[in-house]
Amino acid sequence: MADTVVDARNLQCPMPVVKTAMAMNDIKSGQTLELIATDRGALSDIPAWASDTGNSLKEQFEENDEFHFIIEKA
Amino acid sequence: MTVPELEQVADQPEPAKEKMVLIAASGDLDKAWPVLILATTGAAYGMDVTIFFTFWGLSILKKPGTGITGDDWRQKMMSAFHKGTPDGLHLSKLHFGGLGPTMMKSLAEDKNVASVQELLELSIQLGVKLWPCQMTMDLMGLTNDDLIDGLDKPAGAGSAISLMKDASIQLFI
Repeated sequence: MADTVVDARNLQCPMPVVKTAMAMNDIKSGQTLELIATDRGALSDIPAWASDTGNSLKEQFEENDEFHFIIEKA
Repeated sequence: MTVPELEQVADQPEPAKEKMVLIAASGDLDKAWPVLILATTGAAYGMDVTIFFTFWGLSILKKPGTGITGDDWRQKMMSAFHKGTPDGLHLSKLHFGGLGPTMMKSLAEDKNVASVQELLELSIQLGVKLWPCQMTMDLMGLTNDDLIDGLDKPAGAGSAISLMKDASIQLFI
């Protein structure tokens, strides 16, 4: 289980990235965050954001048309 | 490490944030949206983001309900014909006397796209700096009271260039 979950379902660009970044401020280095999104743009935006900000995308999967991203804070 | 060495490490400033500067020169709804989407995303990237609002771009910062502004009859006429305010922005294409923006906004609501007002509030919350252009304010007869709260001090082209010179992203929208 991730340390925190961000529900960005039904939200469009730029909200999945913005909400993830905001929630990252509330967790510590080494902790994980799970983002759930339905915005198809998140499939490219979230990996790009994670790699550019130095955080690591541990896992990514699709389930019932929802995209899940597990990100570990740097 | 010795104590002085530890103190030295603690004293080191955090690495300077990358800068992003956006020039918002248009009061069109279809330009205001990308300006604020890029600004909030830049802030999410941990960047130091500044938006410089000039000419019709100032419409985005007008307080909702702002009526006719200025002292000069020409300023008054301009503000009467183009009220601006974030809830009254025009579309650059398919405006159709206001029908276009109404349709676009109701579509955006159905598709859960954040509104210009929501993105503006989010920008302030994320620490995006909003700079109104002093010259345009004087030209159009706008005072600080006509603009929303949470803005930085009005500035000019010199401040914009000074910031853009060192920024990794500069866009004129």
